[in-house]
Amino acid sequence: MEFTLISLLNGLSYGLLLFMLSSGLTLIFSMMGVLNFAHASFYMIGAYFAYSISAVVGFWPALVVAPLAVGLLGALVERYGLRKVHKYGQIPELLFSFGLSYVIVELVQLLWGRVAVPYAIPAELQGSLFTIYTTTFPIYRAFMMLIAVLMLVAVYFMLTRTRIGLVIQAALTHPQMVEALGHNVPRVFMWVFGGGCALAGLAGVIGGNAFVTEPNMAHALGSIIFVVVVVGGMGSLTGALLASLLIGVLQTFAVAMDFSMLTMLATIGITADDTSFGYGVMQLTISQLAPILPYLLLVLILIFRPKGLMGSREG
Amino acid sequence: MNAILTTPASVVITEPVINSAIELIAVSKSFGKTEIIRGASFQIEQGQRYALIGPNGAGKSTLFNLISGRFPVSRGDILLNGVSIVGRKPYQINRLGLSRSFQITNIFHRLSVFENLRCAVLWSLGYRYSFWHRLNGLKDANERADKILEEIGLQVRRNVEAGLLSYAEQRALEIGITIAGGADVILLDEPTAGMSRSEAEAAVELIRKVTIGKTLLMVEHDMSVVFDLADRVAVLVYGEVIACDTPAEIRNNEQVQQAYLGSAVHSEDVA
Amino acid sequence: MPKLNLGRGLVWGGFALILLIAPMIFNKGASLSLLCQMGAFIILALSYNMLLGQGGMLSFGHAVYSGLGAFCAIHALNLAAAGSVAIPVTLIPLVGGVAGMFFGALFGYVTTKKSGTTFAMITLGIVELVFACSLMLPKFFGGEGGISTNRVIGEPFFGISYGPQIQVYYLIAFWLFVCTIAMFAFTQTPLGRIINAVRDNPERAEFIGYDPRWVRYLTLMLSAFFAGISGGLTAINFEIVSAENVSALRSGLILLFTVIGGAGFFFGPMIGAIIGVFLTVMLSDFTSAWQLYFGMFFVLIVMYAPGGIAGLIMHIPGLIRSGKIKHVLPQLTLALLAGLLALTGFMMMVEMLYHLSFRAADGRSMQMFGFRIDTAQAYGWLLPTLLIATGLPSWIMLRKRLIHVWNAVTAENLDDEKQARA
Repeated sequence: MEFTLISLLNGLSYGLLLFMLSSGLTLIFSMMGVLNFAHASFYMIGAYFAYSISAVVGFWPALVVAPLAVGLLGALVERYGLRKVHKYGQIPELLFSFGLSYVIVELVQLLWGRVAVPYAIPAELQGSLFTIYTTTFPIYRAFMMLIAVLMLVAVYFMLTRTRIGLVIQAALTHPQMVEALGHNVPRVFMWVFGGGCALAGLAGVIGGNAFVTEPNMAHALGSIIFVVVVVGGMGSLTGALLASLLIGVLQTFAVAMDFSMLTMLATIGITADDTSFGYGVMQLTISQLAPILPYLLLVLILIFRPKGLMGSREG
Repeated sequence: MNAILTTPASVVITEPVINSAIELIAVSKSFGKTEIIRGASFQIEQGQRYALIGPNGAGKSTLFNLISGRFPVSRGDILLNGVSIVGRKPYQINRLGLSRSFQITNIFHRLSVFENLRCAVLWSLGYRYSFWHRLNGLKDANERADKILEEIGLQVRRNVEAGLLSYAEQRALEIGITIAGGADVILLDEPTAGMSRSEAEAAVELIRKVTIGKTLLMVEHDMSVVFDLADRVAVLVYGEVIACDTPAEIRNNEQVQQAYLGSAVHSEDVA
Repeated sequence: MPKLNLGRGLVWGGFALILLIAPMIFNKGASLSLLCQMGAFIILALSYNMLLGQGGMLSFGHAVYSGLGAFCAIHALNLAAAGSVAIPVTLIPLVGGVAGMFFGALFGYVTTKKSGTTFAMITLGIVELVFACSLMLPKFFGGEGGISTNRVIGEPFFGISYGPQIQVYYLIAFWLFVCTIAMFAFTQTPLGRIINAVRDNPERAEFIGYDPRWVRYLTLMLSAFFAGISGGLTAINFEIVSAENVSALRSGLILLFTVIGGAGFFFGPMIGAIIGVFLTVMLSDFTSAWQLYFGMFFVLIVMYAPGGIAGLIMHIPGLIRSGKIKHVLPQLTLALLAGLLALTGFMMMVEMLYHLSFRAADGRSMQMFGFRIDTAQAYGWLLPTLLIATGLPSWIMLRKRLIHVWNAVTAENLDDEKQARA
């Protein structure tokens, strides 16, 4: 029982982290029609920046400075890179962001090395928040959930209640009109892109020390983010939230499940061995299958509900 | 061998029903809560040329999109040669014999003019998804494409990339692609939009030439084109067909005048 | 009356000739292995361009088809060696092709449900799925070590045992020739043309009677077939297939090479494959930063030469023909010089940083361009900084002028061509 509860909370915190990343991706995609393949790379940069900054001034300043730095970097990338490619079409934009992700990984390795860096959870956030019987729920996980929720609420309010948010929403569907009204739409797009990257960077700050900070982290998380966005429905924030939580919880639970189809068959008295057909698949435990669960979900959604959980806009 | 039956005196022989190429039965279309088309009904006879006119925002393009399958119908039915086409995909409707052009030129801009036309004839000639036929060896496809090329007057631009054509040339190509497949029912969406007087006259002649024997429905704003070309005119106002008659009758129709000018006008007042 | 196209005969004949005599020209030991890798990759890149260049379908997971084809081929090879099936080694690539096509039909059913950006993302999900599975099913995929084989099976057939590398080369050259002809022929078929139409305007394609989804699906299956053949050749060449063959990394390389070569022309991917394989194999010997250079080269191509190298090459005949090249040449040379300065400085910096990061154990000094440089001293860094400081601003300034002249000249060319055709 306690296992279920703790796993659920862990899954939710992981899912919220996924949502922090996929929401930024969805926002950029909805606003600008650009799928930022390098989005997870900015997540990675956020983690590395936080590592370096916190080594000098500590974690809490890094929590503020690192995302801002990443956001600035993103804005520069948009201004001097993406904007140039925009006129060639959607595929060149995607190719550009793909190449960017490739280059970022190499630069990160150049500056910080190929091995994982010891980006650690700050002392005041270590330890467990509460214990149920023998299972603990770490403070840091709760902290992650808190930051994620705060961030999302802040973004929601900014988009719906502030003037700049309204301009952004208007520019989403009627960029020429907004420009005619005197707003600098290209600059708005630059800040939206930068903002999305800053969100990814913030996710990196809090995720990098909870999980591992290494050059491969962008790739590992990047493909899952894409699955989230497609499963949730392209361009839908609520869909991304649902899909993130679903995948987060699913993977967290699966990792702890050590039975396979073989063990299940054994409970009803059927045994199989090496020579049986499909043995190789049947002896896989759920925990071994955990890495591919998001992709299986993707395939299922595409077969049975192609527009995604809450899909409205066609990619 | 038909047996000749004598008709009992009590049976009334009715007039044979004229085949309608397109028939709209109480078609409605809503986008969210906004109802654009509200119960539009009318028939288009085979072999006739119809013009669809109406004030801006009446829903003419939407109606086109409903008939050609681009948008799904909210309510009602649409028949093509007596067969219901509601819910069918555009390519299915096209294969049933309906072809349409677009208001904003919609061509294959990286293919040559000739290739554009040749692509348009491939399905109707039965080549389908073949990857075992050599395109340049398909006599029927090449001859038909060349014939259309000649009809639309673009022979000199045969091998030019379609994206490099002038606007009027692209419009001509657009019409060419629409008729190349040999469809019986042609929908043209504002074919003379953006054209000068002389260009529009040339376009009208082209349309007249290529729609001989076919059914034509076109959306038009240019009244001279409408009166020049159309056998019948249907008037769409606020999503309803308020009249469908010969051009002369439409001109004098009070409801139509009301919709366009705000009040009924007598023929002596109109210049 | 079929036209005897002399030009076409010359091109294909020349291609065959080059394939035949290449190993005699590049006859150093490692060259043959390089040629073999290039040959297999050319087929792969061409198959990928059926999707990207001809169909407008950006896939991040093409290695799935070549990789699974490779796995099936290597298993068939092992079965043939054990005597369970009678397939000559020469036809093993075909096994890879059929397997590739099968998986193309399987995965393509799901991936082609969408198009554009969504399609791209789904292909990434599929390749990750297959890659993750490859580590889970050791029987088929061989786990960490992969599946190995020996391509010399049975008795030599007319003296051909495929033991010596030169024989493998000619096997690859044979399949390369056949596949290239086949893929080129595809572009001249109805499906080959309609996939272009679907790329340009999928909606319009619907309104001329075609279901874009089916067009894409069929094209993907054919593309996967050729990718599988490439995989089969790779299996024979390396005698080992592992999870890396179905990875997103390899898929990324296919994409990189094809775009660098030029997706807009049929021969573009061929150039990309040759250059790409050459650089990955050779450059990695010279510098550990080759992946960084490669990535930046790719980004530059996407930003400034989206037609790839093939696109750049195709501009030149027009310029030379019209004689306008003399206008562009001075600006071009100056800009290239400035760019070269900045580039050298940048590369020096990168190399020194790499040395500091990874080879600090070797000491502070390192070799570069034949000079010894002390990475801990300031003067070592002074030179590259100077080069960048002079090269970069002049490059930026000269580039603007170059673009101006280039655009003016190509616009003139375009006008001339338009007039000539009118």
